[in-house]
Amino acid sequence: MAAVPTLFGVTLIIFFMVRVLPGDPARVLAGLEADQTEVNRIRVQLGLDKPVPIQYARFLANAVRGNLGRSAVTQAPVVSEIAGRLGPTTLLAATATVLAGTLGVASGIVVSTRQYTAADYAVTVLALAGVSIPVYWLGLMLMLVFAVFLHLLPAGGDTTPQSLILPSITLAAFSLAIIERMTRSSMLESMRQDYVRTARAKGLADPIVVYRHALRNALIPVVTVLGLQFGALIGGAILTETTFAWPGIGRLLVDAIARRDYPIIQGVVLLFAVTFVLVNLIVDLLYGYIDPRIRFG
Amino acid sequence: MSLTPAGERGFRHPLAVLGRLARNRAAVAGFAVLAVMGLAALLAGALLPYGAETADLNAVLQPPGPAHLFGTDQLGRDILARIVYGGRISLLIGVLAVGVGAAIGVPLGVASGFYRGRTDALIQRGVDIMLSFPGFLLALTLISLLGVGPRNVILSVGVASVPVYVRLVRGVTLSIRELAYVESARAIGLSDVRIMLRHVLPNIAAPIIVQSSLQLGVALLTAAGLGFLGIGVTPPTPEWGTMLGEAQTYVLAAWYMGTFPGLAIFAAVMAFNLFGDGLRDALDPRMKTL
Repeated sequence: MAAVPTLFGVTLIIFFMVRVLPGDPARVLAGLEADQTEVNRIRVQLGLDKPVPIQYARFLANAVRGNLGRSAVTQAPVVSEIAGRLGPTTLLAATATVLAGTLGVASGIVVSTRQYTAADYAVTVLALAGVSIPVYWLGLMLMLVFAVFLHLLPAGGDTTPQSLILPSITLAAFSLAIIERMTRSSMLESMRQDYVRTARAKGLADPIVVYRHALRNALIPVVTVLGLQFGALIGGAILTETTFAWPGIGRLLVDAIARRDYPIIQGVVLLFAVTFVLVNLIVDLLYGYIDPRIRFG
Repeated sequence: MSLTPAGERGFRHPLAVLGRLARNRAAVAGFAVLAVMGLAALLAGALLPYGAETADLNAVLQPPGPAHLFGTDQLGRDILARIVYGGRISLLIGVLAVGVGAAIGVPLGVASGFYRGRTDALIQRGVDIMLSFPGFLLALTLISLLGVGPRNVILSVGVASVPVYVRLVRGVTLSIRELAYVESARAIGLSDVRIMLRHVLPNIAAPIIVQSSLQLGVALLTAAGLGFLGIGVTPPTPEWGTMLGEAQTYVLAAWYMGTFPGLAIFAAVMAFNLFGDGLRDALDPRMKTL
């Protein structure tokens, strides 16, 4: 359970984040317009008159109870600000993950059975483009073509179901390319193994060899990549939401940075980091399920 | 990724590596794109009739045409000129950020792998914590604390890449410290620092160079992403991501304002990736990707 000390370290970093800023953290947390009485009120409210270890203990105890302070701009609790944005981000990230996972694995399998054909080269070039293209530019280009020139899809916002299409394609592109690359090379590796040759030799049909024998063994590194992709997804969501005016957590973070609203920044960064650690923990546990040879003591 | 520290001599001879690299068409194409971009950025003044900041309020938001190949922006500045001059900023930020990441990450990685034990555990826990913040989020968080500007972009993006270097370098150092020449260096009484500098570092250079080439693409994307969000390099500096961010406002009126700077980022990142992949294959043909 290496995740526990890591999470502890994450909270420590985020706790000190606001405190390493030059100047008075109470003033920083109160916002630039606050007067001295307001700053003093926040100092006492946050316990900044107490020793640092006690402050940290209180921060942790509050965070666990879902109290992350109040926005310096709107004065609303950070947790409710985040909760209001959770739905759109979850919808966007889940759609993109499903898109990237299914299309990535499917195209990886298809081209791995056709190595060195035109289709293989085309997909390889596309995958290279997918890992090199800036998400925000891809979003802008899709918006230009499908919203501005063809008027087929909305350019932004989340008002209609169609609004989800462009942002989720944009967000999925990078992960899709990575998953395709991983699936392809993992499948090629797995198809060279003795058990695949044995399966072929005993006369099994090609689809059975590919799906039952090669794929099952090829999926382990793909699952690892899926977990790591979650990190790219978070970064991508921040940029995609900004491009498409998608009212999610990423946009909340960008707006908070622009307004120097540190309680919100703290809350969102904490949420992203904790989620990322937990997702990777789940992926670690999934190995044992996919590959019974791997067991954790 | 090649992790074999020292291959057989012939494989690693610089000329042999260059020869293999020159036969890799994708890598050559990547290098050519970067060379053109770099040269254009250096010679911008001699090549272009406009400066990056030359505003012409009689020619705002002009579509691409003979006078302005890539059009003009909301202040009538030539977009091509801004991209070429912007290359100085964007490419330099990328190179310096990777330099910062390697300068911090490589020594930590060498120390981690060389000393093992408590030093290793301490450094690795630190890396674990940094890795809990996905790369872009880490850079974003750092810059929100440091404030905008080129120097802080370099620092944020550089620090965000430190864990990559520590992990990579630690791995190769662990395997190399067991080799006979390190053991003999220790036997003749060389100091740890000298062994690390003279015997470990030169033999782990190859994977570091390959990683740095790929990392340049990542750094470019991250730095431009910060610029795009308006918290990286700020206008009127013609950083590519910053230009894209400015173009967002005019997406309906002027498609060319965002299209070309983004294309420049895309091309540069792809070139770094192609070159990095080629370099990896050339340095260690046995590890050639499938």
